[in-house]
Amino acid sequence: MADAPREAWITGVGLVSCLGEGADAHWQALDAGKAVYDETTFAPYVVHPLALPSFDAQIPKKGDQRQMEQWQRTGTYAAGLALDSAGLKGRAEILGRTDMIVAAGGGERDWAVDSAIVSGLAGANDPGAYLNERLTSDLRPTLFLAQLSNLLAGNISIVHGVTGSSRTFMGEEGSGIEAVRIAAARIAAGQSDVTLVGGSQNGERKDLLMLFEFGGHALKAPYRTVWDRAGQPGFATGSLGAFLVIEERTHAEARGATPLAKLTAVVSDRAARTEPGAVKASLDRLWGRLPAVAADRAAVLSGATGAAGATDEERELLAARGLPVRATGSVAGHSIEPQFVFNIALAVLALGHGRLFGPCDTTGFEQPVAGPLDRVVVTGVGHWRGEGLALVEAVR
Amino acid sequence: MAVRDKAGRPVVVVTGMGIVTSLGAGKSENWSKLTAGRSGIRAITRFPTEGLKTRIAGCVDFVAAEPFSAPLLSERLAELAVDEAIAESGIGTPGHFPGPLFLGVAPVEIEWPQRVELAEAAGAAGHATYDDMLRAAATGRFKAHHERFQFASVADHLAARFGTQGMPISLSTACATGASAIQLGVEAIRRGETDAALCVGTDGSVNTESLVRFSLLSALTTANDVPEEAAKPFSKNRDGFVMAEGAGALVLESYESAKARGAKILGVVEGCGELSDSFHRTRTSPDGKPIIGCMNQAIADAGLTIADIDYINAHGTSTPENDKMECLGVTAVFGERAPLVPISSNKSMVGHTLSAAGAVEAVFTVMTLMNQRIPPTINHQIPDPAIPLDVVPNVARDARVTHALSNSFGFGGQNVTLVMGLEPA
Repeated sequence: MADAPREAWITGVGLVSCLGEGADAHWQALDAGKAVYDETTFAPYVVHPLALPSFDAQIPKKGDQRQMEQWQRTGTYAAGLALDSAGLKGRAEILGRTDMIVAAGGGERDWAVDSAIVSGLAGANDPGAYLNERLTSDLRPTLFLAQLSNLLAGNISIVHGVTGSSRTFMGEEGSGIEAVRIAAARIAAGQSDVTLVGGSQNGERKDLLMLFEFGGHALKAPYRTVWDRAGQPGFATGSLGAFLVIEERTHAEARGATPLAKLTAVVSDRAARTEPGAVKASLDRLWGRLPAVAADRAAVLSGATGAAGATDEERELLAARGLPVRATGSVAGHSIEPQFVFNIALAVLALGHGRLFGPCDTTGFEQPVAGPLDRVVVTGVGHWRGEGLALVEAVR
Repeated sequence: MAVRDKAGRPVVVVTGMGIVTSLGAGKSENWSKLTAGRSGIRAITRFPTEGLKTRIAGCVDFVAAEPFSAPLLSERLAELAVDEAIAESGIGTPGHFPGPLFLGVAPVEIEWPQRVELAEAAGAAGHATYDDMLRAAATGRFKAHHERFQFASVADHLAARFGTQGMPISLSTACATGASAIQLGVEAIRRGETDAALCVGTDGSVNTESLVRFSLLSALTTANDVPEEAAKPFSKNRDGFVMAEGAGALVLESYESAKARGAKILGVVEGCGELSDSFHRTRTSPDGKPIIGCMNQAIADAGLTIADIDYINAHGTSTPENDKMECLGVTAVFGERAPLVPISSNKSMVGHTLSAAGAVEAVFTVMTLMNQRIPPTINHQIPDPAIPLDVVPNVARDARVTHALSNSFGFGGQNVTLVMGLEPA
């Protein structure tokens, strides 16, 4: 085991979302506190649409782009931005031992094919034979790989040459929390020197909306900010890609890399949520496992979804803690798996600017703050399961 | 044996194992059939196969999961395997497992019966769109589908049932998934984060669309006529893998804590290796470098050399590509010793259990060590002259096995090798 404590530094950030691409675009949009959303394309549902980047800039081969669906292109693009930001792009020796943990759901369905088959099945004399015939002739062979959870990581290996270990975690919001937690733990224990962590989502999908609408979690128009969804709970799915390069301090120093922030701690748990108050109690316990966070020069970036119950309990907990709060889901939507990574990336931006960005809230829970900022607690509370916190600190 | 390895890390041991495959439920039935060279591959009866190129699989039809969905069957299979593993290990108390859960599980999605059900509920049968299905979903009548088809649901239910600690991790590294779950458990124990971990791989996803998807990638055998003979790893006439279902569960513990509670040590997870491949989405680098590096890393991580390895539990899918590349990798790693190290494929009998395979085969590897008997590669009638390895053809063999490799290679360039050994006397 390592003799001295090994610090996990964040040395690269890659972002693309409805707010645009890159650190500056995200900072400006967040600071303006103006949400970007679409109430019409998927009416009655609200989504936060991706500001389409020029994928060629990070995925130069059209052939590679064609092998991916949008969520994979988005993620592969954001991963490239993160590697660029860390100064690792093209550094084959380092990329060959760079580990990767991706938080992923599944890829988009082909709506036209699904609709045609489900319609045809209704009148088919032999539904079984009909399904076999149609799937065999209508599914594109490559669609499977474009949907497969671990193929975002696979595409990142192919496009960017990241070929250390490669793990894909699944399981909604919790997968992103665990991806960051395991990456940080491996670095602290000497099991990794540098890890690319992140994920992506295409939130502009009827098949995805359906999955959440089963449980009444898809936000219907009119759009409201996250803290203002009493009586109209749910989240607006967001399309985004978010990646971080997390690097052991001495490894970063040895190559002259600039620390953007320090990832001090990541903690997580699974409350059964059978009783009211379970989420709040879980977050309270987790907060107790973080190093003490003084009230000044600190803020919370919340991953609150707007889901009934969970968001109310998180709000209660945060109100009691008294730190200034921003729920990024109000501005950029909820991306499920990568949301925790997205919020850590936004925390890094805020720490870089030395202050918190402006509020985006119609309830007054989020208040403007002028003071300097040294540390950010990032929350991740799954819409139905999983709680996590990260403490991100400025390196001064 | 010391409680720390040569690198100063806690030694990780196996104290409980459970398994379900198309051969049956439990270690005893599986081992007797596996070493007798029996196949679990049959014609598919779960759904109509008319018009499909491949009509066989290693389905686990003796475990009830109604109404059928892949996550439900995956959960049932995992429950059986975990029950067996925890009972054998004697760890914790009922409903309380003193460590985290790492679950290898197939990606989850809504399936055709649900789509049809939604279209009917929307009154749109015959002309259904996603808008219609969404309207039906919004009625709240299908609330149960939300939880069932969340990716985290299988792990969440297992965590609740077995009382594992913290947030369970669901993971997918394609056909290496089960091995990755074990690797994550090993790493957590080595970090000193926990004294125990529950590592599981499960897969119950033989349904029409999954079958068609693999079929469209030309990955499956079409030798439907005699299902038991369809999986023929390392044979010249191999023509694809057979989809299969199953689950494997391992209770991992630090040697120190296992000894302290007087647990029986079944085996030692001595090392893990992993390297990903950037060559292609479904194919291995032609030079085999990533799989060579993966095996070498695993052997080095175990503090061993190639001379110490006396058995390889192959990935051995029975696809032309995999078996050729695995042979190339083994030949490069072992050099002159390559033809002398027995290598066999459990998939010749249980098929390719996909997300479960790495865990299922890790259980079989430990059983190989415990029983000092190597299960065969069956259906080896036409040897491939390009594969000059000792594939333990057709008949099980007694052998002295002290350290064994278990290989898992998957789509997306995922490669994991585990090194398992016996507790030194």
